[in-house]
Amino acid sequence: MSIWEKSNELPGDAAEVSVVEPHAENQDQILDVEQHQILDVELDEALRNFKLSVDAWSEAAYSNRPVAQFAPRRNWRPAAAWALGCALVASSVSGVVYQRHEHQVKAKQDAAIKLVEQQKQAADRQVADEDLLASVDSDVSRQVPSAMEPLAQMAEDESK
Amino acid sequence: MAAGSVLETMDKATAAEIAADEFARVVSQHRPQIFRFLLASTRDIDLAETLTQECFLKAHRNWSSFRGESSAMTWLMRIAINLQKDHWRNRRMRFWRTTQTHSVDLDEASEWLPSGETSAEQQMLAKEQVRHVWKAMDGLSDRQRTVFLLRYIEERELSEIAEITGLSEGTVKAHLSRAVGRVRTQLGRSK
Repeated sequence: MSIWEKSNELPGDAAEVSVVEPHAENQDQILDVEQHQILDVELDEALRNFKLSVDAWSEAAYSNRPVAQFAPRRNWRPAAAWALGCALVASSVSGVVYQRHEHQVKAKQDAAIKLVEQQKQAADRQVADEDLLASVDSDVSRQVPSAMEPLAQMAEDESK
Repeated sequence: MAAGSVLETMDKATAAEIAADEFARVVSQHRPQIFRFLLASTRDIDLAETLTQECFLKAHRNWSSFRGESSAMTWLMRIAINLQKDHWRNRRMRFWRTTQTHSVDLDEASEWLPSGETSAEQQMLAKEQVRHVWKAMDGLSDRQRTVFLLRYIEERELSEIAEITGLSEGTVKAHLSRAVGRVRTQLGRSK
């Protein structure tokens, strides 16, 4: 089967396939035999030079091309999927860790505030207790009223 | 049973190694020719290199199915021509999206000549002839250009060209005749 499918033919190709014998161009027809022979010599020379030129160009381009080892191309999609997956996992893990850390910090702060409040309450309570004791002491150590003075005197005498 | 399967696995591994070695040899042997053909077809070094790589990649993938009915070179050349054809078809379809091409112009392509022991005048004449051949090639159809390059650059026989392209020898002759006629006309115009 031909490399060129019918559907891929270029304009002009269909006609060319059916041509078996070469058709002389109009300009060729006006050339006489002598001119034709000269042209054929020139044609051979031109074709030879053309090959030499292409060979030289190809050789230079081939030796100057970036050296790349022949290896089957790697598909970047799995690598990209892996990278994306890793990034997602890393971000979600770091998010969870960050949230946990924030929670811990907040809990520590709350505990500290609570402790300060408790200490303050304890201090207040202590002050209140001291005031109460002071007032009780003052009440207990108050002098005996005068109406009770004889009774107190009697108790003193008896003890002597 | 187990020993048999081990031997079978070893045979397979050895066969794979041999195939890989053989393919590496084919690559080193034919890569320059494939590159040269594609360079002459496209006049674009980057594109020629890309298509050459694609050609050998495709060949590597299908190496196991290569039965050696034709020579490796014929097989590789077929792949290269198909890739080139696909490339131009895709580029034609993408015409409105991009028309970028890195093909060098005729003058630049004609500059390449081996520095032999020829006079400056002969060099100039040779460059002029090469330029006319390139110009004539611009007017050729894909088939004519391919046949022309296979004959005059790759120096393939008509039967080989017929095998590579899948055309009959008569059709190859017709295309070649047309192509040479164009070159002759171009050279005649320069007189």
